[in-house]
Amino acid sequence: MARRAQPLGAVVPAGVAAGALVLALCLGTLAAVAWRAEAGGGLGAADWAAIRFTLFQAALSAGLSCALAIPVARALARRQFAGRGLLITLLGAPFILPVIVGVVGLLALFGRNGMVSAALAPLGLGPVDIYGLHGVLLAHVFFNLPLATRLILQGWLAIPAERFRLAAALGFGPGDVVRRLEVPMLREVLPGAFLVTFLICVTSFAVVLTLGGGPRATTVELAIYHAFRFEFDLGRAALLSLIQFGMCAAAALMALAVTVPGGFGAGLDRPLKRWDADHLGLRMQDAAWLGLAGLFLLVPLALIVLRGLAGLAEMPAAVYAAALRSLVVALVSAAVTVGLALPLALAANRLGGLRGTALQGAGMLAIAASPLVMGTGLFLLLFPVVDPVALALPVTAVVNAAMSLPFALRALGPVLAETERSHGRLADSLGLHGYTRLRLVTLPRLRRPLGFVLGLSAALSMGDLGVIALFADPAQATLPLQLYGLMGAYRMEAAAGAALLLLALSLGLFWIFDRGGRANAAV
Amino acid sequence: MKFPIIATAVLGATTALADMPVLTVYTYDSFVADWGPGPQIETAFEEVCGCDLKFVGAGDGAALLARLQLEGVRTRADVVLGLDTNLTAAAAGTGLFAKHGIEAEFNLPVDWDDDMFLPFDWGYFAFVHDKTRLPDAPDSFEELIAAPDDLKVVIQDPRSSTPGLGLMLWVKAAYGARAPEIWAGLAPHVLTVTKGWSEAYGMFLDGEADMVLSYTTSPAYHLIAEGDDTKAAAPFDEGHYMQIEVAGRIASSEQPELAQSFLNFMLSDAFQSVIATTNWMYPAVTPEGGLPRGFETLITPETALIFAPGEAAKLREEALAEWRDGLSR
Amino acid sequence: MLRFDGVEIRQGSFCLRADFEVAPGRILALLGASGAGKSTLIDAVAGFVTPRSGRITWQGQDITLRPPADRPVSILFQDNNLFPHLSVAQNVGLGLRPDLRLSSAQHDAVAGALARVGLAGFGGRMPGQLSGGQRSRVALARTLLRGRPVMLLDEPFAALGPALKSEMLDLVAALAKDAGATVLMVTHDPEDARAIASETALVADGRVHPPHPTGALLADPPEALRRYLG
Repeated sequence: MARRAQPLGAVVPAGVAAGALVLALCLGTLAAVAWRAEAGGGLGAADWAAIRFTLFQAALSAGLSCALAIPVARALARRQFAGRGLLITLLGAPFILPVIVGVVGLLALFGRNGMVSAALAPLGLGPVDIYGLHGVLLAHVFFNLPLATRLILQGWLAIPAERFRLAAALGFGPGDVVRRLEVPMLREVLPGAFLVTFLICVTSFAVVLTLGGGPRATTVELAIYHAFRFEFDLGRAALLSLIQFGMCAAAALMALAVTVPGGFGAGLDRPLKRWDADHLGLRMQDAAWLGLAGLFLLVPLALIVLRGLAGLAEMPAAVYAAALRSLVVALVSAAVTVGLALPLALAANRLGGLRGTALQGAGMLAIAASPLVMGTGLFLLLFPVVDPVALALPVTAVVNAAMSLPFALRALGPVLAETERSHGRLADSLGLHGYTRLRLVTLPRLRRPLGFVLGLSAALSMGDLGVIALFADPAQATLPLQLYGLMGAYRMEAAAGAALLLLALSLGLFWIFDRGGRANAAV
Repeated sequence: MKFPIIATAVLGATTALADMPVLTVYTYDSFVADWGPGPQIETAFEEVCGCDLKFVGAGDGAALLARLQLEGVRTRADVVLGLDTNLTAAAAGTGLFAKHGIEAEFNLPVDWDDDMFLPFDWGYFAFVHDKTRLPDAPDSFEELIAAPDDLKVVIQDPRSSTPGLGLMLWVKAAYGARAPEIWAGLAPHVLTVTKGWSEAYGMFLDGEADMVLSYTTSPAYHLIAEGDDTKAAAPFDEGHYMQIEVAGRIASSEQPELAQSFLNFMLSDAFQSVIATTNWMYPAVTPEGGLPRGFETLITPETALIFAPGEAAKLREEALAEWRDGLSR
Repeated sequence: MLRFDGVEIRQGSFCLRADFEVAPGRILALLGASGAGKSTLIDAVAGFVTPRSGRITWQGQDITLRPPADRPVSILFQDNNLFPHLSVAQNVGLGLRPDLRLSSAQHDAVAGALARVGLAGFGGRMPGQLSGGQRSRVALARTLLRGRPVMLLDEPFAALGPALKSEMLDLVAALAKDAGATVLMVTHDPEDARAIASETALVADGRVHPPHPTGALLADPPEALRRYLG
C-alpha cells in the first residue's frame, strides 16, 4: 500500500539532484572519454588477465578483511575499557592513510629490512618475503580491516541494549547470543561491509603493483593507465573503466541479493552492558583479538611517526602551505559530502523500494570509478569552457566528496531507516515535516553517523593524492602531492616528516568530527 | 559562495600582472616544485623577457603529452617542456608543434638532429646501489642475472613510469631479440615493480632492495646535498640507455616571439646552470662554469644507447609483451 | 461525532469492516483478541492506514485521506511515544509547536501540562532516565497540549502494573473529561474497559461489532464476546 503520510516535499528532488551529479561525475565523464576516443582497440589477453586478477584479489582481500573484522568488532562491541574510544579512532587510521604512506609503514614492519625480518635474523631465518599475492592481501587487510571493523561494529551497536538484557534474562550463553542476535545482525551487515571493501580493492592499484611483486599483479586500473598513457587509446581506457563499473555493479547486486533487512527495533539508548560475555575465556579471546589487530594496525603507524619525527625539521615551508590548503579542501569536501549524502539518503529512504535502491546505487557509483578516467572526462568537459587550474580546488573538493559518498551513505542509510521505523509515525502524527523534522528528529538521531561521515570524508580528502592530476596546479599542491614531490626530489627525510604531518592532520580531523558526533549522543 | 573568497585569501592565488604578456609553459610537476628548477628559471627569464612566465604542471612526462593530446588545438600552452625522446614521435604526430629553427651545439653523447624539439637536459638510466652494503655490484645485466637470488633490485612499471619505460627499452636496445631471455633471467632478482620512481627509490633507501633503477646522476644528489658518498651507480658493460628531455613550442601560440625567446633562453647559462643541482640531470649545454663539484665522481658510460623517436614507438608494444611475459614467470 | 461509514480495511488477506459511530466526549473501548484488528482501526483513524473503501468522518467532515498531523486526533502508541534524544519538556512542547519555537507563555503551558500529569519539575530530564509510568505521563502531557478532540490509545499502558495502569487510565479519563475529548482505546482486558469506557465495541471476525454500554455488555456478553472472554 502506498503510504503517503507526508508529502514528498523538497527532499526527493534534492536527493535526485545529488544522485544525478554523482552519476554525471562517474558515467558522464566516462561518456566524454569514450566520445573523444578515435578508433579504439578491443581488449587483449593482458586485459583479460588483469580483469581476472582484479576480481580474484579483490574478493580475497575483502573476504579476509571482513572475516578478521568480525572478532575485532565483537571484542570492541562487548568490552568497555579505558581508552576504548581512542583505540577505535586509532584503529581507523590506516583506512584514511594515503596509500604511499601506508605502504612505507607496512614495509618498515614486514619488509626485507623491516622489524619482523630483523627479529628473525638472529634465528637464522631469512628475511620475510612480503612481495606477491600474500603481500597484496596483507596490505589490503591493513587498509580495509579498519573500515570493515567499523561497519560491523555499527551493526553490533545497532542491536538495542534491551535485546542483550533480554538475552541475559533468558539465560543466553555466548552461543545463543551468536545464534539469536549476532548472526542475524551479521547477515544484515556483512554483505554491505564485504561489498564496500571489495569495491575499494577493485580500484586499488599502487598497492597491488608495489607489493604484488611484478606484472602478474596487474589490475584493471593499471590496464587503464596502460591504455591511456602508453597508447593514448581513450576508447580502450573507457571500455576498461566501463568493465570496472560492471564488475562493481555485479558485486553490488550480489550483495543486495544476500542482504536480509534486519528488524531489531528501537531501544532507549541505554549504555550497553553484556552479561553473556562475562567469562574469563571470552575476555582473553577478545583481548587477544584486540591486541593482535592493534599491533598489526598500529605498529606500522608508529613506525611512520618515528621516521617522520626526524624529518619534521627538514620540511620546507611549502609543506605547511600545502597542509593549510589540504585542510581547506578537506573541510569543504566534508561539507559537500554531507550536502550530497543527506538528501540522497533521505530521498532514498523516502522513495523506498526499487527507486530508493537505485538512487542509493547512483550515490555509491563513485567508488567504482577510475580516477584517471573521471579526471580525464571532467577535463574534456570543462577544458573548452574554463581554465582547469582555476577549478582545481572546487573540482578536487567535489570529486573527493563523491569518493566519500559511498561510505557516507552506508553509514547514514541504516540509522535513517531505523529512525523512520521507530519514530516516523510519532513524527507524522505530531506534524513534524520538512526542515523541522530534519532539525528535531532526523539530525539528532543521525548525529553519530554524521560525525563519522564528516570525519571520514575530511580525512579521506586530506590523504587524497590528487584524484585529478589534470586539474592540480603544482604551485598550489595539496599535502599528499607535496609529499610525493619531496620523494621525487630524493628528499625522503622531509617526505617522512610530511607523511607524519599528513597522518596527524588526517587522524586529527577524523577524531574531532567523529568525537563531536558521539558527545552526549548516548542519552 | 563564500568558499572561493576564503580560498583566494588563504591560498594566495597568484594574480596576473597587469598588461604584461603571459607565456604559458606546460611542464611536469617536479620541474615546478619549490625545490625544482622552475622558481629560479622563472625569476631569471622574467628579468629579461618583460613578461609573466607561467608554469603549468601536468603530472609527469607521459601525462604531459596526454594532456596536450586531450587539449588539441585549443591548448593554452605556448611552450611544452619535459617530454623525452620516447614521447616526441607521438608529440610530433599531434601536429601542434612548430619548428624551432635554432642551431646549437649540445653536450650530448649522441648527435641531435630534430627540427621540432630541443633538448634541455639528459641522463643515463642506471642501477644505483649503496657501496657499503653492496661493494661488488654486478657490471652487466648478465652478471646481475648470474648473481645469487637474494640480490634484489626494485624497478618501475613501464606503463606508469618514465624510468620503467627506459629500462624496458634499455634491455631491448642492448639485447634485441634476446630481451625475453634477459627478462626471464632478471625475474628472480626483481623484488617488485612500483608505480613510480619515488616509491622505488624510497624502498631502496629503506634497505628493501640492494639496487634500484634510477639515473647515473642520482649519487650526485646524495653527495652534494647530503654529503653522503656511499651511493653509486653500477656501470653496465652493455652501455646505458639515455633519457633526453626536450622542449618545443606550440605552433598556434599567440606569443610566438616570446616562445621562441624562451627556447633560446633555455639553452643559455642562466637556465642550464640551474639544471644540474635542481633536476639532478646533465645540462644539455654545459654552462660556462662547468658542472657542479661532485659530478666528476659520477660514472660515465662508454656506450650510450638510445632508440630514434619513431623506432621506440614502434618497438614499445612488443617490448612490453616481452617484459610482462618474462617477469611473470 | 466520529463516524465509520462502510469502512473496509484490507492488509493482504486480512480484512476489517467498521460501520459505527461514537458520540463526542465518550470513551469507547475496542476489545478483542490480539490480531483482531483493533490497532489497525486506530491506525486508520490516525492516518497511518488508508481504508480501501468507506469514509471516516469527524463532525461531518471527511478525514479519511488527511495526512496524520492534520487530523483531529492525538495518538499514544504501544511504545516509542517519546523521542529519546529530546528532553521531557521538548517532547511535550512538540504538542504545541512541532518546530519547538516556543513563546514564554507556551513554556509555561508545558510546565503546567507536566504538573497536571504529576511530573512538575521533570522538564529537563531525558526519557531514558524515566520509569515506564513516567514516560506515559509525559506522552499524556503532550496529548493534553495538542488539544485534539479525539484521543487514540493503542495500549500505551500495557507494560505497566495493574495499579499504575489503572492510575493512568483514571488520569486519561480525567484529562478527557476536562477537555471534552472523545477517546478510542484499544485493550484486550475487559477490566480496562470497565474502568473508564462508557461504551465498548468488540472487534472480532473481521469486523467491529456495534458499541454497547460497557456494563451491560460485559454483564450479558453476546456469543462472540463470550468466546473471547472464555
